[in-house]
Amino acid sequence: MTDKILEIDNLTVSFDGFKALNNLNFSMDPGELRVIIGPNGAGKTTFLDTITGKVKPTIGKVSFKGQDLRKFSEYQVALLGIGRKFQTPRIYLNLTTRENFEIACNRHKNVFSTLFGKVPSQEKQTIGGLLETVGLTAKVDMQAALLSHGEKQRLEIGMLVAQSPDLLLVDEPVAGLTDEETENVGSLLLALAENHSIVVIEHDMEFVRQIAKKVTVLHEGTVLCEGNFEEVQNDPRVIEVYLGSQDEHE
Amino acid sequence: MNLGSRLKGKSGKNLLLEVGIVAGVALILILIVPLFVQGFRLNSLGRFLALAIAALAIDLIWGYTGLLSLGHGVFFALGGYAIAMHLQLAPLAPRALPEFMGLYGVTELPFFWQPFASFGFSAIAVLLFPLALGSILGYLVFRNRIRGVYFSILTQAATIVFFNFFNGQQKLFNGTNGLTNFKTILGASVSDTQTQYVFYTLTIVFLAATYALCRWLTSGRFGKLLVAIRDDESRVRFSGYNPTGFKVLVFGISAALAGLSGAMFTVQTGLISPKAMDIAFSIEMVIWVAVGGRASLVGAILGTLVVNFGKSLLSEQFPDIWLFFQGGLFLIVVTVLPDGLVGWLRTEGLFIVQRIFGAKEIATYPSLEANPEIQMEKETLNK
Repeated sequence: MTDKILEIDNLTVSFDGFKALNNLNFSMDPGELRVIIGPNGAGKTTFLDTITGKVKPTIGKVSFKGQDLRKFSEYQVALLGIGRKFQTPRIYLNLTTRENFEIACNRHKNVFSTLFGKVPSQEKQTIGGLLETVGLTAKVDMQAALLSHGEKQRLEIGMLVAQSPDLLLVDEPVAGLTDEETENVGSLLLALAENHSIVVIEHDMEFVRQIAKKVTVLHEGTVLCEGNFEEVQNDPRVIEVYLGSQDEHE
Repeated sequence: MNLGSRLKGKSGKNLLLEVGIVAGVALILILIVPLFVQGFRLNSLGRFLALAIAALAIDLIWGYTGLLSLGHGVFFALGGYAIAMHLQLAPLAPRALPEFMGLYGVTELPFFWQPFASFGFSAIAVLLFPLALGSILGYLVFRNRIRGVYFSILTQAATIVFFNFFNGQQKLFNGTNGLTNFKTILGASVSDTQTQYVFYTLTIVFLAATYALCRWLTSGRFGKLLVAIRDDESRVRFSGYNPTGFKVLVFGISAALAGLSGAMFTVQTGLISPKAMDIAFSIEMVIWVAVGGRASLVGAILGTLVVNFGKSLLSEQFPDIWLFFQGGLFLIVVTVLPDGLVGWLRTEGLFIVQRIFGAKEIATYPSLEANPEIQMEKETLNK
């Protein structure tokens, strides 16, 4: 049972009676790259909020490596090894690229070791390597606010990896990117998938086709179906959920 | 590697230069300024430099960490009262009562006054009482994730509580009149010119030390994390940090610094009263920082001096309109100079100077000259 990296049983989250997630079951093997799709309001972001401790389950249980996450707050969940990337890039705009990395990379995140400790050379090397991976070596001392949107997205993914999590949660990493940048981010995620477990939430179907091995479709707070990209694409229920609503607009 | 060590050398040199400048300014203030400025003006300068310590305290939490405290007058007053209580007791025989207590019919020195007969205890209390209050208050507030406007309102509420307490306790703290009429400290007469010069010198030394402390706190990874908390606190949480501890530490230090400021101000003014816990005074502190420039330590000091000397000169000439002027100044800063004087100097001011000296104007954003990728291409092309 506990060899799953992420396991969600009968998860229900309700906000004042509105069930954002409804009896959701989900599990993931270590090393898997899973893409989650679903129409607006399907509960995708609440799903991530619940895993990262921002929202507590009303009913049900979220376990990470067999450990119930209910009693942990956001920073503790992060320390357990779950990293999250937000929909819009959330980086520290007034700091430089390097400083952004240094904050994420810090191994000892309590007050006094942050105050008195120096950045160890091992972390500096990690940062150097990551800068190359996300292609920001040249802009290392530039203020993050001056980076382009795509660079910000890559910086945030890099910061995630700097935390050295076991599970990466990535929310719409290619929203607002050009085709070329989308492909860059796609190959970056595929490269990361070699030694991390990753959950990607995405709308862009071309992008999903590029990276997906297994896709989960959420609808109205519960899992509609699960399978590889072709299966999901041809599933009549999925077509109805996605295309059915389009018909009404025409 | 080469580049790294070069940068390190450069930053080391910059640090030395900064230490030199701070020491130089301090020495000029201590040794040279008193030759030209005496009496009332020198006393004013000393008092304003003491206030600058409080401005640094505000800048540390507001400018860098994003916590807008509108209640720092409380910590300022606690420091002031701590030293003033000692000054009341210093000239008296052990267990004798300060003058005002006799007037209200107190017969025995209250227990919490007794340790203040010791100078050492009082000097530590100046820092420790505000530190303790700030840390406890901070812990309760930050643990419950109270932020932004709600935090500011809470600090104001705390100010009112303390104001009413000190104002109402005639028997314990002489109520509205506050503590005044200081006679001796460590055997020296408080109002003596030489003693006042010692206070003046000490103020400058403490200001320089405060500057160094704030400089240390705001640079390095800790300082960057403070900025990160200011800009996006929940992101910091998802990066695995618990912001509460960081905020409590910074708020506590800031409170202690405000206490130090209050003590140095009190000994040079000769009075501490509940007026220092007036909300208006706490807001004034914020105005000094806003005028000088948030997130700039030099700006906080400069803003304090500019506003207070302006206030002192203007209120001598036109006592009635000073408040209008102060309000106007704040409006101007908020609308025209959102980053304060120093912020303006760093951006527009710098451009103007560059234009005067005929530097090229930057036409792209970010400028080609500043874009490292383009610079790198240039270098490889030239090879």
